[in-house]
Amino acid sequence: MRLHRITIAIGSLCLFAIAAIVLGWYQTEYSASGAQSPASIGGPFSLVDENGNAVTDRTYRGKWLLVYFGYTFCPDACPTALNAVAAALDALGPDAARVQPLFITIDPDRDTPAVMKDYVAAFDKRIVGLTGTPQQIAAAAKAYRVYYQRVGSGSDYTMDHTVLLYIMDPDGQFSGFLAHDLTASQIAGKLKSLF
Amino acid sequence: MRVLLSILVFLCALSTAAAQNTKIGDLLIASPWARATPGAAPTGAVYLRIENHGAGGEKLIAVATPVADSAMLHTNMMNNGVAQMRPVDGIEVAAGATAELKPGGFHIMLMGLHQPLRKSDVFPLTLTFEHAGKVEVQVHVGSVGATGPEN
Repeated sequence: MRLHRITIAIGSLCLFAIAAIVLGWYQTEYSASGAQSPASIGGPFSLVDENGNAVTDRTYRGKWLLVYFGYTFCPDACPTALNAVAAALDALGPDAARVQPLFITIDPDRDTPAVMKDYVAAFDKRIVGLTGTPQQIAAAAKAYRVYYQRVGSGSDYTMDHTVLLYIMDPDGQFSGFLAHDLTASQIAGKLKSLF
Repeated sequence: MRVLLSILVFLCALSTAAAQNTKIGDLLIASPWARATPGAAPTGAVYLRIENHGAGGEKLIAVATPVADSAMLHTNMMNNGVAQMRPVDGIEVAAGATAELKPGGFHIMLMGLHQPLRKSDVFPLTLTFEHAGKVEVQVHVGSVGATGPEN
């Protein structure tokens, strides 16, 4: 009986210790995402481009990246952002060749490479659509500190998602982000100031 | 002859403008528009402006269109950089006020489009108001990159 009590006490202590460690880890992660230090945003990803080819972050080295996470079922926020990116490329003129916009889906169940290609081409053929397995998408979103969550059930579900526009420099380092509602000229102006 | 032509052009312009503004009771529904849909996207969004010139409050409570399986009133809320699109049970228009359905905010979401919306298409949309009842408006489709009504 006494031994039993000691076992329970030790077991409880262990559980408590594990909980404390997990909580501590969670808080560290959480504050890191809150601080959004440059080193913590962006990073390696492995995805599939709109032609079905495997790509990584290294595929686009040498170009300024404009990275936006969204989904093609999205009728409002994503078209608004992609329109602004397309118009910003036009505003940049020849300098647009220094920029590679990436539209990364957070809804890989619906967004196959073919769906992505069709979708981004309607805005601007210079934008590249990326998809991947749910695990690849989760890893890319984590690298960029992007939040996404399925809402609703059945075939008409929608996605909550971070709508920031990330700028990565030609070395793949985080350079800054832009609010979702910036105009094309503001996006172009920000890029020009960085070139 | 030139005068006659001018009058004709003027009348045509007037009728075009009239086609984009619809009145029901004290309400004016102005410039319903949508963007052309990219690729084979099965969803679209309709935007418009509702002016309430009456003395009482109104509420848009339902929408319907034959071009999609369903049409819903939605809002897009921003929460710490996260877009959260949610259905709403109605859009209020206070007496003397104007409700704007526009990108990034309230919109009518079309789900299950029977065919893509293409630039220059025009399609009917039925709005149901709490007090004024039903009214049909014609939605004009602009380019994929439209930021407002283009007609």
